[in-house]
Amino acid sequence: MQFNLDDNSQEPLYLQVARQLEDAIFLKGFDEGEQVPSTTEISKQFHINPATVLKGMNILVSEEIIEKHRGLGMFVTKNARERIKVKRQNEFYSDYIQNMVEEARKLNLSKQQLLDMIERGFEENE
Amino acid sequence: MNELKLTEVKKHYGNKSVLDGVTVQLQPNTIYGLLGRNGAGKSTLLNIVTNRIPATAGSVTMNDRDVTNNDEALQQMYLMSEANLYNPRLRVNEIFKETARMYGGFNFGLASRLAHEFGLNVNARNGKLSTGYRSIYKLIVALCVPADYIFLDEPTLGLDANHRDLFYRTLMDTYAERPRTFVIATHLIEEIAHIIERLVIIKTGSVLVDSSVEETLAQSHVILGPQAEVAAYTAGLNVIGEESLGQLKVRYVYGALDDKILPDTVRIDGMDLQKLFIELTNEEGDEHVI
Repeated sequence: MQFNLDDNSQEPLYLQVARQLEDAIFLKGFDEGEQVPSTTEISKQFHINPATVLKGMNILVSEEIIEKHRGLGMFVTKNARERIKVKRQNEFYSDYIQNMVEEARKLNLSKQQLLDMIERGFEENE
Repeated sequence: MNELKLTEVKKHYGNKSVLDGVTVQLQPNTIYGLLGRNGAGKSTLLNIVTNRIPATAGSVTMNDRDVTNNDEALQQMYLMSEANLYNPRLRVNEIFKETARMYGGFNFGLASRLAHEFGLNVNARNGKLSTGYRSIYKLIVALCVPADYIFLDEPTLGLDANHRDLFYRTLMDTYAERPRTFVIATHLIEEIAHIIERLVIIKTGSVLVDSSVEETLAQSHVILGPQAEVAAYTAGLNVIGEESLGQLKVRYVYGALDDKILPDTVRIDGMDLQKLFIELTNEEGDEHVI
């Protein structure tokens, strides 16, 4: 597993840890029902304070992406991938569309030009 | 829980003031970064806390009792520093045993596992070890004593990248297994940036920052964009430094941003700990303050 942590991001470290783990689950690095590394393992491997790792993990617990099995550790929930997908669909507008429109404005691209490009993107991706 | 408190600690050598009234409370089970430039007073502070040298004024207390000649309190503290306290003729495993006698306990199992992992010969004499291996045996002692407050003054001195990596892993591991307070004084800020939970920065003998890393970084901003817009946006903010590249300007802001509208052409990024430290402790830094 690899963590891409960005020290120049405004996002606090624990949120970055949560997102990296979520990414690993979404990209099938960990299957549904599979155990994820413990706080200590992640803390050791990436030299991150265990309290920070735990805070990040607790976010995924509250979003029901991972769950604690008493005495055994943390496991990926049954519908984790579907949950991540729905969450990311909801965030798609603010994460991508808003930024795209903003950038298009800076570049003097018209609405129609942007729509044409999206069309082209779909065609070439088929 | 043991509470360690420094109140208005001062240290003078003749007319020269090294510490100018340091007040800090060290919480149990927390990893601290103690940062400061060369000569800022970090080592002096650690030596005073652990009762190796006397303070000129002020007090260090554990559970409200002064630590001076207080064996019970001093047993709860261990300082690893560059100073060589042990006889150079002693072998490493004899040092382990001596520490066990002084501290009334020692994790010999962990010590021998770590010696093996670091490739340290425990039969070697202290005086014959290289700088790196002298750091390594001291680190092993620091991680294996049963004290609640471990002070590490430049713990990775002379360690190669692999050994530093192994040290940080081991630190995280042993901290998870038996939480206690670590205070790490180092110049290698990037390497401990994610490890420390709280931050104490001292500048010319005074505490400049005493806060959690998360809160400190949430207050640290990099404002980047065209000169005029950046100047306008940062007017009235606590600017701690700036750089220019052509018509572009970067200003480093420490503190809250106000509710001015951010122009399209200006970007706000977070600041990493090392950059923040450099800007806060730069001698010319003050000139940038508007």
